[in-house]
Amino acid sequence: MADKVLMKGNEAIAEAAILAGCRHYFGYPITPQTEIAAYMAKRMPKIGGTFLQAESEIAAINMVYGASAAGKRVMTSSSSPGISLKGEGISYLAGSDLPAVIVNAQRGGPGLGGIQPSQSDYFQATRGGGHGDYHMIVLTPDSVQEMAELTIKAFDLADKYRMPVMLLADGTIGQMMEPVCFDLAIDPAPEKPWATTGTEGKRAHNVINSLYLNPAELEQTNIERYARYDEIAKNEARYEEYLMDDAEIAVTAFGIAARVTKNAVNEARKEGIKVGLIRPITVWPFPKAPYEKAAEHCKQIISVELNMGQMIEDVRLACNCKIPVSLCSRVGGMIPTPNQVLDAIRAAAKGGK
Amino acid sequence: MKRLTLFSGHYGSGKTNIAVNFALHLKSLGFPVALADLDIVNPYFRAKDSTDELEKAGIRLICSEFANSNVDFPALPQDLYAITDDRTTHYILDVGGDERGALALGRIAPAIMEENDYEMYLVINGFRPLTPDPASAIEVMQEIEQACRIRFTGIINNSNLGRETTAQTVLSSRGYAEQTAELAGLPLVLTTVDARLYPELSGVIPDLFPLNLKEIPV
Repeated sequence: MADKVLMKGNEAIAEAAILAGCRHYFGYPITPQTEIAAYMAKRMPKIGGTFLQAESEIAAINMVYGASAAGKRVMTSSSSPGISLKGEGISYLAGSDLPAVIVNAQRGGPGLGGIQPSQSDYFQATRGGGHGDYHMIVLTPDSVQEMAELTIKAFDLADKYRMPVMLLADGTIGQMMEPVCFDLAIDPAPEKPWATTGTEGKRAHNVINSLYLNPAELEQTNIERYARYDEIAKNEARYEEYLMDDAEIAVTAFGIAARVTKNAVNEARKEGIKVGLIRPITVWPFPKAPYEKAAEHCKQIISVELNMGQMIEDVRLACNCKIPVSLCSRVGGMIPTPNQVLDAIRAAAKGGK
Repeated sequence: MKRLTLFSGHYGSGKTNIAVNFALHLKSLGFPVALADLDIVNPYFRAKDSTDELEKAGIRLICSEFANSNVDFPALPQDLYAITDDRTTHYILDVGGDERGALALGRIAPAIMEENDYEMYLVINGFRPLTPDPASAIEVMQEIEQACRIRFTGIINNSNLGRETTAQTVLSSRGYAEQTAELAGLPLVLTTVDARLYPELSGVIPDLFPLNLKEIPV
């Protein structure tokens, strides 16, 4: 009937994963992302795929490990407490250089917390979350359309660099409905000569493992992996700059916080305040360039987050603490209103911090 | 006007907005009205978001005391039985999405059938990904009927693309809606549109009903 459909963010992730060639989804239900599992449960049997509700998050992430080792595009999804449970498996994926897509529709924490939206898993997503030296590429959509586009991107990046990629969303973008266009370019999955698909007696065995009996060898795999991370930091940092050219105040936010902030920036511009927005689209690697530039012509950066101040540390590092960085936030499932952000912008314009 | 009006359909089809607007409309016509939120599925975006408007209009809201809280329970409102026991009031029922949501309705289905003073409308949106054609909308309809054990009596076309909806969007959905109604063997009773599009479509589409929608500041 049309080239656009009206979707919840969670549904857009599921449909985009299917378009990207994902035929294996393993998960365990948790609010506010259960629509991903529900959508997969309806669609996968119709297209020859596998939907499996595992007995736990830990089981699900280990099923992801198995399917990925067999060379398949595979995804799991959860929300904050469930992602903590998956932490061990994510570390194993990273240590075995396995591609996978992991969705976190964040909710308020810590602990069981609540079911309303949050961004308080920023540290967990960008610093590892599981044990050991590793990173995931972390993508932060701010609309239902980007939920779809970045899901497809996540599969490409995961395969390209052989590593887990996280789509760091939140309850609101997961639950809200917007029109989505799925007329998107899809790159087929690359050949995976490392996968455990059966030797047919024609090649040596492929072994997928994260256990190293020789510490020198384990050290070497870490060093090589970090060289790859350096490449990723150079090539894959993504961001959007909005009205930054003449900005004297920069506001920075990702995901749903960026949506609220953009409204506040527009209002402040109407009042004659020269303010712009820096929106990271990857938070690992963190895009440093726009902050280095902002530090040259802005007097202050305001970091708007749905947590007690997590991204703000990366912002300070990115601008080398040349200018003050302040926090404007709500937590526990609450979202700042455009007016709260606008007040913070007004205060900065008057010279406050 | 039947005493009970039930709105059901695929999740995200627009039931809650229609139920709230329909309740306000009935109240403005002078009926004693209450709105019952029977959703046991959705964690966000519930009838409870409209508590202030409903209270101001003098419409009682019956909903789970846990709605819009962090208590993630598939709980029904404690005063559920008022819907069928209190026959002095017109009740508007916002039934949860899909067959899973409609299961909750089954608890009071025998009393609804016995009184036999109801309409149950299937809300459809052809721009939703799992109901893009009449056949898939009918599939959802049959699953809901099996779950709640009440038969639909009419179809409401709420086809829209959120804030990108134009008059053309609504016009392009007419064939879909008419075919769904024909397949279901039910009348197409209403086409619901954003109130801002109402002047443009009034007189073009029959049985048009305007919806005043909440703005989300994102």
